[in-house]
Amino acid sequence: MSACLLAFATAVLEPVKLQWLFNDFILGYFQDVLLGSRVVVSRSFADFTPQATFDIKKCDVHRLEEGPPVKATLTRDQGLQYYRIMQTVRRMELKADQLYKQKIIRGFCHLYDGQEACAAGIEAAINPSDHLITAYRAHGYTYTRGVAIKEILAELTGRKGGVAKGKGGSMHMYAPHFYGGNGIVGAQVPLGAGIALACQYQGNNQVCVTLYGDGAANQGQLFEAFNMAALWKLPCIFICENNKYGMGTSVERASASTDYYKRGDFIPGLRVDGMDVLCVREATQFAADHCRSGKGPIVMELQTYRYHGHSMSDPGVSYRTREEIQEVRSKSDPISLLKDRMLSNNMAAVEEFKEIDIAIRKEVEEAAQYATSDPEPPLEELCNHIFKNDPPLEVRGTHPWATLKSVS
Amino acid sequence: GFRDALNQAMDEELERDERVFLLGEEVAQYDGAYKVSRGLWKKYGDKRIIDTPITEMGFTGIAVGAAMAGLRPICEFMTFNFSMQAIDQVINSAAKTYYMSAGLQSVPIVFRGPNGASAGVAAQHSQCFAAWYGHCPGLKVVSPWNAEDAKGLLKSAIRDDNPVVFLENELMYGVPFEMSEESQSKDFTIPIGKAKVERQGTHVTMVTHSRYVSHCLDAAAVLAKEGIECEVINLRTIRPLDVDCIETSVMKTNHLVTVEGGWPQFGVGAEICARVMEGPAFNYLDAPATRVTGVDIPMPYAKILEDNSLPQIKDIIFSVKKTLNV
Repeated sequence: MSACLLAFATAVLEPVKLQWLFNDFILGYFQDVLLGSRVVVSRSFADFTPQATFDIKKCDVHRLEEGPPVKATLTRDQGLQYYRIMQTVRRMELKADQLYKQKIIRGFCHLYDGQEACAAGIEAAINPSDHLITAYRAHGYTYTRGVAIKEILAELTGRKGGVAKGKGGSMHMYAPHFYGGNGIVGAQVPLGAGIALACQYQGNNQVCVTLYGDGAANQGQLFEAFNMAALWKLPCIFICENNKYGMGTSVERASASTDYYKRGDFIPGLRVDGMDVLCVREATQFAADHCRSGKGPIVMELQTYRYHGHSMSDPGVSYRTREEIQEVRSKSDPISLLKDRMLSNNMAAVEEFKEIDIAIRKEVEEAAQYATSDPEPPLEELCNHIFKNDPPLEVRGTHPWATLKSVS
Repeated sequence: GFRDALNQAMDEELERDERVFLLGEEVAQYDGAYKVSRGLWKKYGDKRIIDTPITEMGFTGIAVGAAMAGLRPICEFMTFNFSMQAIDQVINSAAKTYYMSAGLQSVPIVFRGPNGASAGVAAQHSQCFAAWYGHCPGLKVVSPWNAEDAKGLLKSAIRDDNPVVFLENELMYGVPFEMSEESQSKDFTIPIGKAKVERQGTHVTMVTHSRYVSHCLDAAAVLAKEGIECEVINLRTIRPLDVDCIETSVMKTNHLVTVEGGWPQFGVGAEICARVMEGPAFNYLDAPATRVTGVDIPMPYAKILEDNSLPQIKDIIFSVKKTLNV
């Protein structure tokens, strides 16, 4: 059976190059599909292509002699990992949508579904010791930077088990080397340049990935940050996630120039297909190498798309057509793109993806259970965390007789 | 003097802790717009003393980001008037973050620079920001009066793990002050949040900060000749306010006069009056509290107009007597 597939693959799937590892052919191998769980698949390990190289879209470049490679190598394990990450973010965001409609999540909720390849691709190219900061559409990055789904959902539902103990909400989640989650459009960009300054100052060879949207791309403070980052050669990767709309305003209506990868002017730039996780990964790798070699900052524009409206209060169809959304879903969905690539190259079985999907659904469901049953933060902790390393402080309550206490 | 004390404080803290650095306009090669950072660039170099372009929002954000990532920046505003361009980074990125993150992310940063009126610099360069910054939870706001305050409080501010707004005064930079033996030590610090009674008195409590401590002491000297003994409290810190010190004093003198350079509405004096009303000292007041403040107008340029836009010693004396009904 595998010989047929090989023939089929070689004949039909030009120009993809296949590499084979020759193993003993033993039927009925058990295979670990997920960490900690075992699944029987109908195909043996030796049946699958362990690694393949794909042609990826060439990046447009600005002030660069050459861009990232136009071929990307993907191992089976990597592919499954990226799939798992993207699918987890997708399911988590859809669960948040559901919880919001049930009024269990309140306030702002800006969902990331459609943009998963950006977060997954970036994380695949950087180290946990690198730094990342983004704006308010942050749940995907909170996950890729290491926060558990249940802590993300519990933060959205405002419970004490949330990553910020319920005090931050959707836009203010943090983790080591992840600086949120920032609510003020554009403010995170100088912050990111500052984090990069700290990396340079400390000489630790780390970089800071600083994300912003097409809407924020016109903020003055970005250009202030670009200027200083370039002057001082800060190891900062400025990444514009261009999802074509800043809230309800299309890029054409907001920007005199929509070539966001060129907006850094004297800073080199790349324009990247943000729906292809491999493109994102290769470009980010290229950008990180650029920064680490002391060349200074670089700008990356990821062309991507969000399925949801700007936030949960925006249906997202008054300023764009349902047809447009549907077209992206059917032709450019990042998760489907990866899955189809892997299936077409015999890198995994349909059943494996199904098993992963089932496991993720279960994980997200359990996380949602936690997020809806965990208690709200105790009122005694209302005033805590005003200052760090300070003795307890008295805090004025709503009236003179309400003296509350704040502990660091 | 005051300026040298600030310089000494920064020098000592730069030496003590590798993570401390200074950034701002003209702080390095120009030796500081007001010469506060004189000699520091020569001693510590480009890495630790950084000249920035004239882009407050950008460099303040950069300073805050550096603080989030493990450094201990001193961010200088050439005057606090320019901090308005960056105020979002001070409040939303620095002040609120420890709380929003439930303690995951701290921001050990000092924002310093001259605040309030100078001489002849007109409306856009003369605003006092004590009340604006004093309003916000998550910030500490400090306002030194003399050289000892300047040194001790700046060292404390730099060592503090939280965002501190450090309000200096340009007119005080050149004023010579004697400094105590104790203050010469490299570990001399003054705690943030504690006021100091600069002059003991029994008839009236004067609460003030920064330059107006001098005015109050001068007024007190004049009033003493008429047998009125004023207790002068130097707030040193605007936020958190040392209400205990104020209340203890008012319970002794039964009269309160606040003195500040800032505008009256929603000012530091207004807050002090409200707090005294809400606490035990209210019952000890023999008269309503009085606020002496800047005139409620943008600062004019002509000398005669400028002089009459800010509290003068005669205004303080007049207000004390009115409060005492003498």
